[in-house]
Amino acid sequence: MTLNPQLNADGSLRHLLTIDGLPRAILTHILDTAESFISVSEQEVKKVPLLRGKAIFNLFFEASTRTRTTFEIAAKRLSADVINLNINASSQSKGETLLDTVDNLSAMQADMFVVRHAQSGAAHMIARHVAPHIHVVNAGDGRHAHPTQGLLDVFTIRKYKGEFHNLRVAIVGDVLHSRVARSQIHALTTLGVPEVRVIAPKTLLPVGVEQMGVHVYHDMLAGLKDVDVVIMLRLQNERMRGARLPSVQEYFKYYGLTQEKLALARPDAIVMHPGPMNRGVEIDSSVADGKQSVILPQVTYGIAVRMAVMSILAGN
Amino acid sequence: MNLPNPNELLAQLAAVIKPTLTANTVLVGMHTGGVWAADYLQPLLDSHMPHGSLDISFYRDDFERIGLHAQVKPTHLPFEVEGRDILLIDDVLYTGRSVRAAMNALFDYGRPAQIRLAVLIDRIGDRQLPIAADFVGAALPVPAHQHIHLVRDTQLQLALKLVDIS
Repeated sequence: MTLNPQLNADGSLRHLLTIDGLPRAILTHILDTAESFISVSEQEVKKVPLLRGKAIFNLFFEASTRTRTTFEIAAKRLSADVINLNINASSQSKGETLLDTVDNLSAMQADMFVVRHAQSGAAHMIARHVAPHIHVVNAGDGRHAHPTQGLLDVFTIRKYKGEFHNLRVAIVGDVLHSRVARSQIHALTTLGVPEVRVIAPKTLLPVGVEQMGVHVYHDMLAGLKDVDVVIMLRLQNERMRGARLPSVQEYFKYYGLTQEKLALARPDAIVMHPGPMNRGVEIDSSVADGKQSVILPQVTYGIAVRMAVMSILAGN
Repeated sequence: MNLPNPNELLAQLAAVIKPTLTANTVLVGMHTGGVWAADYLQPLLDSHMPHGSLDISFYRDDFERIGLHAQVKPTHLPFEVEGRDILLIDDVLYTGRSVRAAMNALFDYGRPAQIRLAVLIDRIGDRQLPIAADFVGAALPVPAHQHIHLVRDTQLQLALKLVDIS
């Protein structure tokens, strides 16, 4: 077995950097723990004292609203002290290196870093660098991974579908630039989903995507047939260099999710999207706001899943 | 050591508790043994009495030492805690730390009018907090190298069990 930098010597989770290579038992433990954190939001006092006295730094080197906010709420519901840093507006613009920033924050007695960075591997680099008592959560690194998003997506699927072993899941859109898609695929296959499909034009699929254990479709009509879950991805204009698409209108025509296309999936299929949505580009408003959409519950469940991840890491 | 039959203890407890119930009483079992005990007690007390389950994992005082418990169960309290007379049920009262955590957890759901504690076994000695049970099935001395707890088999039969601490 290769050395997994996320795990302690006893196999417990020390950092959460990627879902790739994590055993099913760890994923299931996170999902089960998140289930218990759902009830915290039903309390009069929506807080538990688990991480009292811990300092969690949200290091966001790349813009984010939903992810940063839900990490912040999750940490606060665990009673941690949360410090939000939007670094592009800070020391980095004065020339400080990433690891210098981390060292300085560690000297301020950080217990956990939640890191979002445009460079793939940034969270790994920080995890290798920090002192043994500090935990690192990857909140999205370049095109590589976004493990808590992948976890909240499988948590949402389990909430609505109960089991994984009998599901067909389709992931539609810009897989090439999507760290979310990679984390979803690893989570779904690890948890035993027998059929994961990716649906996208050739120009938006990474080379060798089949090796991740997915079935590739270029025709959305064929790909959506009889699926239980449809996950739409955001068209990532900001990560796109050069002309990979003829036009947004053309993209919507072939790969946008409309009611007509959704009708090809199973009648009880759910529709997911990690946000932020481009309405009229990858998803039609009537679907995004329709009765099969679970896009807003995904956001709510994201808080419980992040509480689970942070409390498990802090205790290991 | 001869261990008592939990069904008999629970029947005795129910007989003592029943006259003290009010229309405002709710039953809260602590995971996991206390939930089983509460499941058994409820029909003996009043089958219409609201009853819930409480997991104290997020309120324990040993998180720094041992981390999060492997199996956290959801808390389910299908009633308002505010102003209620709560009958808290656990299988074993030992150090008192679980009960402290349970009271903290309950207060995050509201301000109960009253909390009373009923336990199957009051383990004599070694209390570490100023906590006592209102209703006790049996008071037992247990050797320091052993744990006592309630188990439930697939036929839902309850039994008390002694386990060596490894």
